[in-house]
Amino acid sequence: MLNSKIPQGSLENKWNDYKGHVKLVNPSNKRKLEIIIIGSGLAGASAASSLGELGYKVKVFCFQDSPRRAHSIAAQGGINAAKNYQNDGDSVFRLFYDTVKGGDYRAREANVYRLAEVSANIIDQCVAQGVPFAREYGGLLSNRSFGGTQVQRTFYAAGQTGQQLLIGAYQSLERQVALGNVTMYSRHEMLDIVKIDGKARGVICRNLITGQLERYFGHAVLLCSGGYGNVFYLSTNAMGSNATAIWKAHKKGAYFGNPCFTQIHPTCIPVSGDHQSKLTLMSESLRNDGRIWVPKKKDDKRRPSEIPEEERDYYLERRYPAFGNLVPRDVASRAAKERCDAGYGVGNSRMAVYLDYASAIERYGRGEAGKHHLENADADTITKLGKEVVKEKYGNLFDMYAKITGEDPYTTPMRIYPAVHYTMGGLWVDYELMTTVEGLYCLGEANFSDHGANRLGASALMQGLADGYFVIPYTIGNYMADEIRTAAISTDHPAFVEAEKEVSDRINALMNIKGSQSVESFHKQLGKIMWNKCGMARNEQGLKEAIEEIRQLKKEFWSDLRIPGGINELNNELDKANRVADFIELGELMCIDALHRRESCGGHFREEMQTEEGEALRDDEHFKYVATWEYKGDHEWKLHEEDLNFEVAKPTQRSYK
Amino acid sequence: MDHHTMSLTLQVWRQQNANARGKFVTYKVDDISPEMSFLEMFDVLNEKLVNEGSEPIAFDHDCREGICGSCSMHINGRPHGPWAATTVCQLHMRAFHDGDTIVVEPWRANAFPVVKDLVVDRSAFDRIIQAGGYISVNTGNAVDANATPIEKTHADAAFAAAACIGCGACVAACKNSSAMLFMSAKVAHLSLLPQGAPERKSRVLDMVAQMDKEGFGSCTFTEACEAVCPKEISVTNISRLNAEYLVAGLTVDK
Amino acid sequence: MAFTGLFLISFLVVHAGLNACIFNDLPVFDENDNGDMFNRAAHFMGSSYVIRIMEIGLFAGIILHIVQGFALEAKNRSRRSVGYKVNLGNRGSKWYSRSMGLLGTLLLLFLIMHVAHFWVPSRFNGLEEVEGKNYHNLFQRMVDVFQSPLVVILYVLGCISLAYHLLHGFQSAFRTLGLQNKRYIVLVQGLGTAFSIVVPFVFALMPIAFYFKWIG
Repeated sequence: MLNSKIPQGSLENKWNDYKGHVKLVNPSNKRKLEIIIIGSGLAGASAASSLGELGYKVKVFCFQDSPRRAHSIAAQGGINAAKNYQNDGDSVFRLFYDTVKGGDYRAREANVYRLAEVSANIIDQCVAQGVPFAREYGGLLSNRSFGGTQVQRTFYAAGQTGQQLLIGAYQSLERQVALGNVTMYSRHEMLDIVKIDGKARGVICRNLITGQLERYFGHAVLLCSGGYGNVFYLSTNAMGSNATAIWKAHKKGAYFGNPCFTQIHPTCIPVSGDHQSKLTLMSESLRNDGRIWVPKKKDDKRRPSEIPEEERDYYLERRYPAFGNLVPRDVASRAAKERCDAGYGVGNSRMAVYLDYASAIERYGRGEAGKHHLENADADTITKLGKEVVKEKYGNLFDMYAKITGEDPYTTPMRIYPAVHYTMGGLWVDYELMTTVEGLYCLGEANFSDHGANRLGASALMQGLADGYFVIPYTIGNYMADEIRTAAISTDHPAFVEAEKEVSDRINALMNIKGSQSVESFHKQLGKIMWNKCGMARNEQGLKEAIEEIRQLKKEFWSDLRIPGGINELNNELDKANRVADFIELGELMCIDALHRRESCGGHFREEMQTEEGEALRDDEHFKYVATWEYKGDHEWKLHEEDLNFEVAKPTQRSYK
Repeated sequence: MDHHTMSLTLQVWRQQNANARGKFVTYKVDDISPEMSFLEMFDVLNEKLVNEGSEPIAFDHDCREGICGSCSMHINGRPHGPWAATTVCQLHMRAFHDGDTIVVEPWRANAFPVVKDLVVDRSAFDRIIQAGGYISVNTGNAVDANATPIEKTHADAAFAAAACIGCGACVAACKNSSAMLFMSAKVAHLSLLPQGAPERKSRVLDMVAQMDKEGFGSCTFTEACEAVCPKEISVTNISRLNAEYLVAGLTVDK
Repeated sequence: MAFTGLFLISFLVVHAGLNACIFNDLPVFDENDNGDMFNRAAHFMGSSYVIRIMEIGLFAGIILHIVQGFALEAKNRSRRSVGYKVNLGNRGSKWYSRSMGLLGTLLLLFLIMHVAHFWVPSRFNGLEEVEGKNYHNLFQRMVDVFQSPLVVILYVLGCISLAYHLLHGFQSAFRTLGLQNKRYIVLVQGLGTAFSIVVPFVFALMPIAFYFKWIG
């Protein structure tokens, strides 16, 4: 049933062979073909500019006031690429292998290999666009290592890599807007896709300023709308990040892949109170130099500076000597949760661990003192020099921490705790990034494809840009070549009228509930259910309860929601209601998926399935597949399995010890 | 950490839509913890308004990490509020005291018309970028990333300029509503890099022309923009832009 | 603005230098000078054709600077139709950098008075000539004009306006013309500050000196 369209041939030749044989569209025909892109993040903006350059007529939609604000901008740490500039043994194969292994063998080999192959081109492309990556004194690009790898393959621009990459893609996008190849629709939210004869042919959007519903036609539709971490209410996602585009597509026939695979990022600033609206990530790059610890004594109320070295438990270094503080995210997150649950947490909430820079400051300080020939430098000088180095490397992150917490991370260890960060799951796509709906594509975090059950650091930016710059421009041709005879369909077509009516009916229904609770309060309730029962650790009983609670919540939502204001105006509450209604349904599917997957892998940790040492216990015999869900109606889904074949990277138990 | 809470009086600009007349409305908020961000304080107020059945205050915000550039409130006379190098979303209530009155206004500039309440239309910035704020390189045209070494000081300066988040605080703070800091950051970012050299002249001429067309004022170097910029973009970039503009104006072939 | 501004700054140097000749009358120099050195210098300035042409240029420069200035101020003010309830004020910039239009207007008023006092009579009405010489006694004119305390105060106020106008205008002009090297900006700022203090101070000393009869 599911055809992933993986090309024949050996792993390393698949993509080349594919490119050599894929159908092409001649330039004069491209001008007649229209493409709709939802989302203007790394995937959306890079796809829009690349497809615009090729000559397609592109329309891009984003809900923000400018495409430059998409949440890709918040990615901090860096972007991986198999350049091997550091001569430390990196290669396309090694990046591929690390990614498959890091994803706990739940990703498709062919996709991941392609990702590793094009990774080097991404860096070239971005540098050509003027992305100011960090450089060495010789003028060449600098690299750093990142969680879960042993080579330095991460390119970065201080702690603002996502911003710089997005601005690069955004500028290319705006160039295409200026050239007339791309039309940009800001403050527009996609509320449904339009299918004609089984193919995606357009979208219904709501103009968020006027509230009007608008119809747009496209020969193909690309969803680049990002992840759905906001199901958890508190996450590192932006406030507006939502699942509506992919959820509408799902309800119109696009299967959802691995919905329960959620990444909990280990280094975030802990929750400070009930008012918390979102969580802030502290880049994983901090784990390169920082050391994570908790007191050895339970419920130790002393200040960190009062706890002597021998009474500190550097639990990651203790449990995983080979990787230490650089273990993959899922492992680091669970370890932090384990310590806090066991009563060793720190801070007021006791739900935090320390990330300590004291030893890094000293180490760098000594290095600097050596460089400046300061023999017998005193401790203060060393600290001062060390702080300068740390400031240069992580200054903006430290500043951010200080602003949010009011504490000085240069002198006091930072308090961190895991938070929802990324969703590996998403719409199921084949090798060409097409969903199960013909002509409907899904790129970037919104799709399920490349990260398996856990994403490695600095790989999200890589995937978004790979999909947009180097994959979709080729694979979309294979579909478009057969569309050259399809004239643009009028948006008066009955399918458009009907889709618009559905959307309009739903909006009216939401507005007419006139209940007593705000959207925000429902979202918070959903978040609590998800975090407690479908978060870092999951079990059968909890998931079953969660499913019931979510169904109950859905009923309550549709009977007691209150939205002030009107429809035909800027109405943030209505925007949120549309999104939260979808989050509730998606939350249910996530729990169903988590319940069905009776194994622990990557970010999905079932308490019933663990080794004696508390590590995740995978079950390759029964679950070596992509769980792909077909929407069958309210609360009903049908599971399809896409078997994963590992011909090259043979599954082993992940060990970072 | 202390756990006192605050009661505050807010005077907030309310305006139903672009064509409506706006006015200040006074609100009281209680139980504000110093650990809240400024926007979380607004969330509390909005939740209260929704529960009372009135319309919440519209304001732009998204990442709440100080990087997307959405948030745009003029707080007690200063864009992004009292903290230096901070966006509204990163401003925390520690900055205020019990009993304070806080005046919150939208960005004011004719080039940034008010859309609703505190939301303004900043699409003029996108159009300035469209006029030339890019390097024309199609996907796939790039040479190896290390083929062109770039002097570290230049790369660092380009990065410092590229840190601009396009929030518009510079325009909001400038007595002339000038967008020169925003534009100069882009011009400096791209002209400092060898990749940006081929389009140097047309870029600066076209972007300046677009800025004038959008209705921004001119720069008179009062430096208010630099003082309020959450990313500490330097006015030196404006000098650089001026130099680029002069050279381009004198040497361009048309 | 910057080009004309810098041009006018260069004029100020000449103007201040020449006028400073009056101080040759100070006891420390030559008590019997009685403005002779100044009068001779002023005569030179009034008799050479080259200078006459430059004078036209100067007036053109002043007028251009004024017209540009008003146009710029008007344009910039029109860019914000709805103002703020609470303004940023001095938290982001110096008051004089925001008040160039106001300072410039004050200077314009001062200039009208100043031209009426000296340039017009010297150029058109013909001042009485210095005994036995064929040039005007502009020095005597200064002695006469600066008898009035009101005039002296107005002149001093004019000089203060000039000082603040220069304090911003001097360095701003260089940056408008593209000066971006940090070291040179610091240099120009230092130079500008010194210039803005010294030149108006020298000018302001003149009416004061006449009034208190240190010279004349």
